[in-house]
Amino acid sequence: MSDLEAFREETRQWLEANCPPEMRQPVRDEEDVYWGGRNASFKSDAQKAWFDACVAKGYTVPAWPKEYGGAGLSAPEAKILRQEMSRISARPPLSSFGIWMLGPALLHFGTEGQKQRFLNEIARGEIRWCQGYSEPGSGSDLVSMQTFGEDRGDHWVVNGQKIWTSYADEADWIFCLVRTDKENKYQGITFMLFDMAGGGVTTKPILLISGNSPFCETFFDDVAVPKSYGDDCPGYVGEINRGWDVAKYLLGHEREMISGAGGGDRTAAIGAAMLRHSGELDPLLRAELAMFDVDALAYSAMGEKFLDEVKVGKAHPAQPNMMKYAGTELNKRRHELMMSAGGSRALEWESEETGGGKPSRNWLRTKANSIEGGTSEVMLNVISKRILDLPGA
Amino acid sequence: MPLYHDDDQAMLADTASQFMAEEGSIKKQLRHWRDRDCKDGFGHGLWEQMGELGFTGILLDEDDGGLGMGHVEAGIVLEEIGRNLTPSPFLTTSVLAATALKHGSDDLKQRYLPGVVSGKAVYAVAIDEGTKHNPARIKTKAEKSGNGFKLSGQKDFVVHGASSDMLVVAARTSGSDDDADGITLFAVPRDAAGMSHDAVRLVDSSVATHTKFDGVELDGDAVIGEVDGGREILNRVLNAGRIGAAAEGVGVARGAMDMTVDYLKQRKQFGKPIGEFQALQHRAAHLYSEVEIARAVVIKAQQLLDAANENGGSEKAELMVSVAKAKVAKTAGLAVREGVQMHGGIGMTDEYDIGLYMKRDRALQEFLGDAYYHANRVAELSGY
Ligand SMILES: Cc1cc2nc3c(=O)[nH]c(=O)nc-3n(C[C@H](O)[C@H](O)[C@H](O)COP(=O)(O)OP(=O)(O)OC[C@H]3O[C@@H](n4cnc5c(N)ncnc54)[C@H](O)[C@@H]3O)c2cc1C
Repeated sequence: MSDLEAFREETRQWLEANCPPEMRQPVRDEEDVYWGGRNASFKSDAQKAWFDACVAKGYTVPAWPKEYGGAGLSAPEAKILRQEMSRISARPPLSSFGIWMLGPALLHFGTEGQKQRFLNEIARGEIRWCQGYSEPGSGSDLVSMQTFGEDRGDHWVVNGQKIWTSYADEADWIFCLVRTDKENKYQGITFMLFDMAGGGVTTKPILLISGNSPFCETFFDDVAVPKSYGDDCPGYVGEINRGWDVAKYLLGHEREMISGAGGGDRTAAIGAAMLRHSGELDPLLRAELAMFDVDALAYSAMGEKFLDEVKVGKAHPAQPNMMKYAGTELNKRRHELMMSAGGSRALEWESEETGGGKPSRNWLRTKANSIEGGTSEVMLNVISKRILDLPGA
Repeated sequence: MPLYHDDDQAMLADTASQFMAEEGSIKKQLRHWRDRDCKDGFGHGLWEQMGELGFTGILLDEDDGGLGMGHVEAGIVLEEIGRNLTPSPFLTTSVLAATALKHGSDDLKQRYLPGVVSGKAVYAVAIDEGTKHNPARIKTKAEKSGNGFKLSGQKDFVVHGASSDMLVVAARTSGSDDDADGITLFAVPRDAAGMSHDAVRLVDSSVATHTKFDGVELDGDAVIGEVDGGREILNRVLNAGRIGAAAEGVGVARGAMDMTVDYLKQRKQFGKPIGEFQALQHRAAHLYSEVEIARAVVIKAQQLLDAANENGGSEKAELMVSVAKAKVAKTAGLAVREGVQMHGGIGMTDEYDIGLYMKRDRALQEFLGDAYYHANRVAELSGY
């Protein structure tokens, strides 16, 4: 048996022993997701048992080095773990912007001290992070952002406003783009890390069309952000005034994540499930479902190819933009079709049968997929410029 | 297996790409033969050159003089054929007929395979009856007669039929028109008495035939595989041909896209390159995404099919071949339509090549099942 086959066998046994049956069901909605943080609570004993087992094994962040709370898995091992988890529909033990966004940025740009502290906190689900990029006047044109940090020697005093900050009202810390040089557009932004409970931060939830309010306006009123949290642990990532480099690097990760490049439910075919659900299908709807399934199955092959190519450095550096564009547009189409197949039942906003209006709320939520993390139009701009090399793009 | 070409495959791609660009170019082949109203629609010289390079026997076992490679490799050659619109009997001979002959008797192999390897022979397959691909229904009959069979019926869309030294014909030896069983494949030599071709030139300048079989007498040794057991081989032939056509279609899509993106950088209107207009940039970027996805699903299906051929069939491979054929048909269609539109008036001229991509794509889409046929098959295989 090769090492990898042995690893697969071992992983199967470990999952068998440690993943409770309740955690072997696809995530249905927000309730099933564990985000961690100071104020987090578990929805069930099974959720807690599964989380604890994964923390002990380093499986909340399997590919991170062991000293930072991960399991130090190689890329092929991590792929096997993903496959084995998806085979039994195991839920992710912990979800967070720390894992998806800040973590990768720290692994790339962080100091040893920052990695020791922040990565371990993220891996153990102790601190929940949110992302402070967008401002009312700066969305797609992010670099025009104005939130300003005045230099006071050993700290900055930050004033300004962020918007669309996902889960800001539930987060403990924020990674935040702050202007530290007004003269210099691209090289005048610092990527700061600070505690939202430290004073001067207020958040105001915004209600979405889905009826949920997962994101906020975030206001900074003379917030003091230390330049250092101790030995080798600066209060910013990378260099002062070079936060744009970090932000751009991180957007790549965000786009990969939103595109669902790793596979899973979002890239699966849906026609058969819709038939089971509805009992019969209108022939024209069936035809659209079939055309959708062709695109979805093709996209899942693309996701696999993309990850394979990333591993060996064969993917075009701007390829995540293509993945994000195609994946989010596909997901929106999926939910349009699910609404059509669901008929009038899918319209119910609060009924028990629909789990409180899940079909329609989820459908509406997907409309944000092609806005958050860079809009589809912006993705197409980037593809034009960086991949197709079109003039003036 | 990772979804990209390994070093050997990348080398093959380099060779194929260089060869097709130099020898198989639109100017040297497609236009050359078209403008001379060539009755075959392709050049035999190029076909023999492809034999010398080993391409023609790419799917055949080494024992039979082939390269012993799989659909990933055959697809590499086909993608280059697609990019250059190179007319050749590669798909019908080296992919479709060769896959059928692999299941034939030693006698048939000895008779027909050397011609594949050398590129001296041209073979065709006769499956379709009527204007749409529907291999589930086979009416052409082969009745027992003495030691052999008597073949009667009509086949359509037989690509290279009139140029072929041998036709692989799917005929019914028992049961009724729509039965899965009762199909037998025959190797019918070009001089068989009672076989007649009505050759027609198609929109892409290739030549296909309506072929009639009027009591064609065949020996028992013309049977490929088992009598009444041809469905299984036919399915393999179809899978090979479909993924081959999909690979060629990806080449057509890429060729059309590359030409169009180049044109966007060159052509100036309103004092700037038209590629600066965002309306066009976004359409080009969308097309790029679709072409990338189509390439991904083609290599996925090729790998699954190669694995299935070693392990004896797989449902996943069947499914993904149809996904690939449908996805490519839609994508290449988009590529050529956007291509012509973004070229403006010059895109409508015969002198300019973009229109040739549009024509080839149309024929390829139809070959062995269009996007509707394969999307429907995806639904059926998925259980709805
Ligand atoms: C659910 C959700 C969660 C989010 N979470 C966060 C978060 O946690 N943290 C955070 O910082 N931000 C977050 N965002 C904000 C998100 O990143 C922005 O909404 C996004 O970047 C778009 O900016 P905007 O809303 O200002 O739209 P605008 O930039 O004003 O865009 C309006 C329209 O104009 C188009 N457009 C803009 N520029 C161009 C151009 N150059 N070419 C062509 N078309 C163009 C856009 O594509 C769009 O269609 C979230 C957004 C959503 C919807």
